[in-house]
Amino acid sequence: MSVLIIAEHDNRSLKPATFNAIGAARKLGADIHVLVAGEGCGLVAEQAARLEGVSLVQYADAAQYSAQLAEQVAPVVLELVRLNGYSHVIAPSTAAGKNLLPRVAALLDVAQISDVIEVVSADTFVRPVYAGNALLTVRSADSVKVLTVRTTAFTGVEAGTTIARIVPVVMAAPKALSTFLGAELKASERADLTTAKVVISGGRGMGNGENFGLLERVADKLGAAVGASRAAVDAGYVSNDLQVGQTGKIVAPELYIAVGISGAIQHLAGMKDSKIIVAINSDEDAPIFRIADYGLVADLFEAVPALEAELS
Amino acid sequence: MKVVVAVKRVADANVKVRVKSDGTGVELGNVKMAINPFCEIAVEAAVRLKESGKASEVVAVSVGTDASQEQLRTALAMGADRAILVKGADTLEPLAVAKVLKAIVQREAADIVVLGKQSIDGDNNQTGQMLSALLDCAQGAFASSIEVGDGNVTVTREVDGGLETLQLTLPAVLTADLRLNEPRYASLPNIMKAKKKPLDVVAIEELGVDVSPRLTVLKVVEPAERQAGKRVSSVKELVEKLRNEAGVI
Repeated sequence: MSVLIIAEHDNRSLKPATFNAIGAARKLGADIHVLVAGEGCGLVAEQAARLEGVSLVQYADAAQYSAQLAEQVAPVVLELVRLNGYSHVIAPSTAAGKNLLPRVAALLDVAQISDVIEVVSADTFVRPVYAGNALLTVRSADSVKVLTVRTTAFTGVEAGTTIARIVPVVMAAPKALSTFLGAELKASERADLTTAKVVISGGRGMGNGENFGLLERVADKLGAAVGASRAAVDAGYVSNDLQVGQTGKIVAPELYIAVGISGAIQHLAGMKDSKIIVAINSDEDAPIFRIADYGLVADLFEAVPALEAELS
Repeated sequence: MKVVVAVKRVADANVKVRVKSDGTGVELGNVKMAINPFCEIAVEAAVRLKESGKASEVVAVSVGTDASQEQLRTALAMGADRAILVKGADTLEPLAVAKVLKAIVQREAADIVVLGKQSIDGDNNQTGQMLSALLDCAQGAFASSIEVGDGNVTVTREVDGGLETLQLTLPAVLTADLRLNEPRYASLPNIMKAKKKPLDVVAIEELGVDVSPRLTVLKVVEPAERQAGKRVSSVKELVEKLRNEAGVI
């Protein structure tokens, strides 16, 4: 039994989600290989080779992989599965993993299992459905199990004491179906939403996008990431990549502070596994209070600046 | 240019579903059903392509039981020209649905296929990407903007940390993310008109695709409930608790 992990990276360094995916793979007790596909990503391959539990790095470095387009990377995964007989292909449940793995699974003619939160055995996994209101235990009858794993459910591996072999993968580029034109990525000094120890999120109660500045000032004091509810994204206050919930990001920090968030089912799906939840809302009947460890019924425009002052 | 848009019937987003007491699934009897919210965004996107003169026809497709005709009528009321119900089980896995849609898309010779990025029941987020793979065409998943050019479509995608823009050669499969558009409400006259629009029913067996399940559901359980904690009366008290009781700051 051997596992191929799809590394998530930006050609310069690995994204922490990769460490969690390897953590999930270690539950299988199988040999772990990592695919690093990109352009000019030698340092990423070296970083992957040093990770605990990794025995080999498949290193595909070519111009056609620079933007890691699904149409280009899927054939590489397919070929590696064919050559090495991997029993599992695993990626983190991130935008990149969710984009690539269904394509890989369909080409292999196997099911894909999304958002795995528990590895029961080599063929049996637990995953949430209905915004986390039900947990499904499923067994796969396919020869190759293709999984995306929820990063918050698995402890990430760290650098180990051994260095894995790096094997170059060279393949002809398939016909180009898509072209990368550009990206607008926010260069933020603030902690990443999915890996931050503390997250402070705002909802429709924030009133507008500018008021998110109040949350940012608290976030700076706590080293926290800033998130938002779908209602706040829908209202155009902030961009969609801040969305925490069923259809956005799933977070499970040590401390989650929900400000002006009523607590719709689909928001709770994205944060209810946080260790400590704080709710600040002026509506004392807001559903968010039913799951909060600490609830403060207050006007957020007074409470949040007071919180900032108290933390100073 | 022809656009196919996929539509799924799901439990309404505002309903909190319950797990059946025998652990075999979730209770859907007497639950309000609706068009999957992301499919609604996909329909809106398809209809706008027609309204802007880019598309000549919009065909809405659903895979499910007769009950799904209701959601297809919604799509027709929003502006789709005609609908196809592929009649079969309503619990097909994404790979099976992708195979069914492939057969329909090829039969219709569609240039663009739009789907919702994810259905809010299974939460799989797979069907569009799988369909694109099976059609061996370009994929634009999690689209927040679509611009159709000559033989191509430029798609802005929601990715972790921001946005990326791709140009896809047609035919292409797109999946709709939240911010792609705000779906319209169907007006009463359009709802009436939709009743007269063609809705073909195709038996899934006619398509000759393998829709056998690959996964066995062993059990379904409710997640552990989180208990409500305590109310604090001031910010000062909150910070004191977080420091000394919870120890998280």
